[in-house]
Amino acid sequence: MISLSVNGRTHAVAADPATPLLYVLRNDLGLNGAKFGCGLGQCGACTVMVDGAAVFSCLTPIAVLPGRRIRTIEGLGTAAAPGPVQAAFLAEQAAQCGYCTAGMVMRAQALLEREPGADEARIRAHMQPNLCRCGTQLRILRAVRRAGRAMTGGRRASL
Amino acid sequence: MRQSADFGTTPSNDASLVCGRRGRRQIRVFESALRGATLLVVAAFAACAAAAGPRPGATAAAAGFPPDEIADGAGLAAIGGCAGCHTRSDGAPLAGGAPVRTPFGTVYGSNITPDRATGIGAWSLADFARAMRTGVAPGGRHLYPAFPYDHFTRVDDADIAAIYAFLMTRRPVARATPAPRMDFPFGFRPLIAVWNALYLDDARFQPVPGRSAEWNRGAYLVEGLGHCGDCHTPSNLLGAERSGRPLAGAVLDGWYAPPLTAASPAPRPWTADTLATYLRTGLDAQHQAAAGPMGGVVHDFGAARPSDLHAIAVYLATTMAASAGAPRADRGAAANRGRPEATALFAGACAGCHDAGAPMMQQGRPSLALGSPLHEATARDAIAVVLFGVSPPAGPAGPFMPGFAASLSDAQVAELVDYIHARFGGGAAWRDLPALVRQVRKEGSGG
Repeated sequence: MISLSVNGRTHAVAADPATPLLYVLRNDLGLNGAKFGCGLGQCGACTVMVDGAAVFSCLTPIAVLPGRRIRTIEGLGTAAAPGPVQAAFLAEQAAQCGYCTAGMVMRAQALLEREPGADEARIRAHMQPNLCRCGTQLRILRAVRRAGRAMTGGRRASL
Repeated sequence: MRQSADFGTTPSNDASLVCGRRGRRQIRVFESALRGATLLVVAAFAACAAAAGPRPGATAAAAGFPPDEIADGAGLAAIGGCAGCHTRSDGAPLAGGAPVRTPFGTVYGSNITPDRATGIGAWSLADFARAMRTGVAPGGRHLYPAFPYDHFTRVDDADIAAIYAFLMTRRPVARATPAPRMDFPFGFRPLIAVWNALYLDDARFQPVPGRSAEWNRGAYLVEGLGHCGDCHTPSNLLGAERSGRPLAGAVLDGWYAPPLTAASPAPRPWTADTLATYLRTGLDAQHQAAAGPMGGVVHDFGAARPSDLHAIAVYLATTMAASAGAPRADRGAAANRGRPEATALFAGACAGCHDAGAPMMQQGRPSLALGSPLHEATARDAIAVVLFGVSPPAGPAGPFMPGFAASLSDAQVAELVDYIHARFGGGAAWRDLPALVRQVRKEGSGG
């Protein structure tokens, strides 16, 4: 059994230590927010946070995770009470097919928790590893900027 | 390029990964395309201007240059990697500002666009040649030897003139170069004259009789414009290359630039053709993908003349001639024994791409057993690749590997690297890995 802390709850997981976190999240814990895109760390659809940093859960074996804090999109808020990054994505309608969205939100969350005032260049550089194939990048960037403003308290994100 | 297609910028979160021959540099995605387009426009303009003929005594910015010469200069500037230090990651091409970290302080690549006030627009060809070969700018100011004039002394007049023609026909950008921040006493520029007296050998390249024209062209480019020794030759305490050990391998920015001599760690010897492919595309299926500082170099090489890259490859294939070996078999069973944690790490984090049956391997990418890093005496490169990944150097399908710095601890990287070395590598077991992982993580992240 491997003990994982996900969104503040501890789970004992009976899975091979080599199993990628993504599979455990989706198959064992029923947390289906993170998506399987490429399985190769090239698209970012599976992005979650580990100890505050954005990582590709498809390439993170659970063996490395005991004692570390894992956060998924389910831990940021609910449909009724979305977190500030989620709220900003809703406000900007920053999704088309939506497959990349959870990963985008998690990567943005990792940046804005550390640097809510991140400037445009910083945001663009940070979001690089995640792909959107529908072409919603400009809306996503607007959403990240909006969330940054909300998180600095400069202006509340309108829902 | 994969990444930039999405957010329209350079992957500067990977800034620490893609470093220049003398410091950090970043991939400029659209630069080649822009350069090509600019070149066409400028070439057309220059063709019209050339009809009037160059005016004697006029500064270059006002003079016409033959299109062929500008095109030559573009290819040569790519070999020289000018943009690596003279373009900031988010800045205009060749307008300077990129920090170049040295053991003696930080200098900033200067603005080498033809802006008269902040660039080199007021320089004559003679001024330019003097700066290139002796490190002395107009007015007598000594340039820091982070600028590799100790190599550019080898460059002949025609090539200097072509690079001048290329630079002088770029778009002028008004941007002052930040002042260097040197540690005491290196901010005192007259000291550079002493350095020059000690280490600068101001001589042109001399062809070696009995060697082919292509081999000599390669030697000329390697020793001169390409300044390969800048990274691959060990330096002394004052940053000068040790003349007795050319291309013998050296450490920079956390990475190890391997020997380009008979001591090459490549388990399968480089040939002229495989090396030319690697230099042109950043990947050779018989060997490896370019990573770290070499990523930026091969990115620039994408704009070089293929014949020049082949000449470099012909020459280096002879300097590495005696390095012969054979890749060793995958020793998975032996590596797994006694390393259960690392076996799981490899299976979960690496095998999806690097196992023999993985999709990437089916596309003809090289096996881990073929790359130099696992055959070097130091684990630096293997550690740096695991931590920082591989950024695509050029082209839409360039090799890419994500870094694992955020998901793996120093101890886990050490375990993993030890496992991969035992399974695919060669040479003696690597020692003191956790300490080296800590060090590479610090150096590679700009610490």
